[in-house]
Amino acid sequence: MSGEGFTLSDNDPVKPDARSGSTTTTAARPGDAPVAAPRPKEGSPVWTGVLVALGAVTVIGILVVVASLAGLWTPEFDWPSWLVSSITAVEKFGLMFFAIILFVVVMSLILLAVDRARGVRNWMVALAFLAPMGLMLVFGLIYPGLRTIRESFFDRTSTNYVGFENYTTLFTEDIFQIVLRNTAIWVFIVPIVSTLIGLVYAVLVDRTRFEALAKGLIFLPMAISMVGASIIWKFVYEYRPDQEGVEQIGLANQLLVWAGREPYQFLITSPLNTFFLIVVMIWIQSGFAMTVLSAAIKAIPDDIVEAARIDGVSGVGMFRYVTVPSIRPALVVVVTTIAIGTLKIFDIVRTMTGGNFNTSVVANEFYTQSFRQFNVGLGAALAVVLFVLVIPIVVYNVRQLRLSEDVR
Amino acid sequence: MAFRTTWRGAAALTCGVGLSLVLAACGGGDEDGGDDGDGAAAGDVDCSAYEQYGDLEGTQVTIYASIIAPEDAAHIASYEPFEECTGATIVYEGSAEFEAQIVVRVQSGNPPDIAYFPQPGLLQTVVRDTGAVLEAPEQVVENTETYWSEEWKGYGSVDGTFYAAPLGANVKSFVWYSPADFEAAGYEVPQTWDELIELSDQIVADGGKPWCAGIGSGDATGWPATDWMEDVMLREHGPDVYDQWYTHEIPFNDPQVAEVLDRVGSILKNDDYVNGGLGDVTSIASTTFQDGGLPILQDQCWMHRQASFYQAQWPEGTDISEDGGEIFAFYLPPISEEFGRPVLGGAEFVAAFTDRPEVQAFQAFLASPEWANSKAEVSPPGWVSANNELDASLLVSPIDQLSAEILADPETVFRFDASDLMPGEVGAGSFWTEMTNWIANDKPNQEVLDAIEASWP
Repeated sequence: MSGEGFTLSDNDPVKPDARSGSTTTTAARPGDAPVAAPRPKEGSPVWTGVLVALGAVTVIGILVVVASLAGLWTPEFDWPSWLVSSITAVEKFGLMFFAIILFVVVMSLILLAVDRARGVRNWMVALAFLAPMGLMLVFGLIYPGLRTIRESFFDRTSTNYVGFENYTTLFTEDIFQIVLRNTAIWVFIVPIVSTLIGLVYAVLVDRTRFEALAKGLIFLPMAISMVGASIIWKFVYEYRPDQEGVEQIGLANQLLVWAGREPYQFLITSPLNTFFLIVVMIWIQSGFAMTVLSAAIKAIPDDIVEAARIDGVSGVGMFRYVTVPSIRPALVVVVTTIAIGTLKIFDIVRTMTGGNFNTSVVANEFYTQSFRQFNVGLGAALAVVLFVLVIPIVVYNVRQLRLSEDVR
Repeated sequence: MAFRTTWRGAAALTCGVGLSLVLAACGGGDEDGGDDGDGAAAGDVDCSAYEQYGDLEGTQVTIYASIIAPEDAAHIASYEPFEECTGATIVYEGSAEFEAQIVVRVQSGNPPDIAYFPQPGLLQTVVRDTGAVLEAPEQVVENTETYWSEEWKGYGSVDGTFYAAPLGANVKSFVWYSPADFEAAGYEVPQTWDELIELSDQIVADGGKPWCAGIGSGDATGWPATDWMEDVMLREHGPDVYDQWYTHEIPFNDPQVAEVLDRVGSILKNDDYVNGGLGDVTSIASTTFQDGGLPILQDQCWMHRQASFYQAQWPEGTDISEDGGEIFAFYLPPISEEFGRPVLGGAEFVAAFTDRPEVQAFQAFLASPEWANSKAEVSPPGWVSANNELDASLLVSPIDQLSAEILADPETVFRFDASDLMPGEVGAGSFWTEMTNWIANDKPNQEVLDAIEASWP
């Protein structure tokens, strides 16, 4: 057994959080690669050429993006029609296979070139591995991001500069204030309540006989898509009048009727309807919180727990003074991860109310403005607001993640 | 070594897949060619009307539209005579996200040849925002002028330029009811608005709920309520004020508009009248428009105002006929004699983004009586066109025949759905949401109208 080393990594309470964890692992890999990759063998200058060519293509690609972004140059070329307008299923699948093959070809060229090229330096290898990913990031993330920020300062068709007008509209008009208010309610309630439920649940079922089953049950909603969950809950909230010959089909209202109450319009009666939508998100996210926190609880070293017990701590005291402080980093990560997901919430609102009845949130309003009203400027402004709101949470999340890694 | 072999195997596999795809594509092409050469297949279609389009062998026209399965089947089938006689291939693509995607496709340089716009408002947006829509070719202009009444050309025009000819149409001024139940209860189909209200009061007195309604429709929730406003506007103030209303010559919070909202409210927000079998007034907002009229079948509601296309919502096997049938529709009666028998309706419009000869030929075909009748022959119930050469006897459903009759009647004062003609911010935005607030949150009339007026761009 690899004794200490093993326990050390196992202690890391953040480990099960695969999503945030993977960022660091993937980032680390290309850095390791140059150490292992270059095996100075008999190489051919052809492969060196390929490597240089690939590098050149990458640089040109980045330049094109930067130039068109700055408005210096607009790409004016006609893409072949099969590439951009595939209509039939055969063409669409063809395009998909084309993309996969292109990816495989490029990656194998890089691998081969790195392997065969003569006199390759470490930085060249690093570049060869990072460049495709970097290019994709520039194309797929940075360029659209910068463009969205630019569009938020333009009018509805992105032709005239309007300064901060879109933002003024956003923060002064009634309907957008409701949107911002709702988003605030969501971000405040969902992370706290889901984490609380997940934590209490994880503590309660820890080391009981039904642990696996109990965990499976609360984790189940995580496996359902947001839209699927929304449809389920829409049925739960379904309203039918309490009237001769009319049967309730919604669970919630049936319960009310059995309790001798009038059926209630859960999705329509504002402002409480927002909270009924939030319930759906909590239902989904509690499972995530429970899983991560449960793993963290299991990682609390037994000696700490035993020491506490000998000191006479038990029950609530154990929870308050041992469990919670020990899993604090995991708690922070869970809260922030759920907060990020909640800020971007879209599916539930769109599926259940379509943003009607004063339930709209920023992401839903962004879609409505961009793709229903075709007000690109305002839509972009909403996206930027969302982006700005997410940044501090992401930064905090990443910092906590680093801290927790340093500590252990 | 083992690695190398696997690698080669994988390469061979990928090549194989790629090759078979190429072959499949070739195979598809051959098939189409074969069809045209087959004299027997083309034999049962009279191709003489199609000679004007010339030989379009080997060409392809792509269509993008909001009509999806199952309704798209009849559309695809209706192109067959054209395909057989001219040799062109029509590729139809329907999308439930058409309204959002068409703009994206145009802006990304990937427009279809032809798009069917479900609302003139969206056509205006695309024309003004992208400038990519092409002016209608001569033959289309000619067909539209010959086969449609005058106002239709206006609905397909933006800023005085004619872009798009109408395709199918629907009539919205219908009230669905059960002839059998009316007969049993001794009720008569009302001929005037006053009779309609008398009948409603009579039903209330007899212990029933006369009206049922549903305005839920995903992110388009509220549109059936806007149709109510439009129908009443046409009847209360006539077509001229109606035109001033949607062109914003009178403000949205004008007293005339307020009168209309009051009158609509006298039915939709009257707890004695609504919402049969569905709940109180707020349940109108939580009920989808598809479910809105169904309580009539359970005898929990008597009348439901909804367009001709609502016939598709009745369960299969429902007897839709005028005399003693389970379900039929009557014309929403006029308020004032002065304005005749106004009719509210909607339609799709055909706009082109390319001007290849085959695209223009197909556009002209869609505006011709040949297409209208070809479509009528293959259509299930729920389709009608305002093409005046449409042979109503080809339509299957009595409601469609009634709609075709109303549309073709020269006495009819037809007006297009106003919310579809208003700018998107209003017609597909605040008008919907404010009407929804009006019903769901009991927002006061004046506040509703002021809010819509404020959102007018």
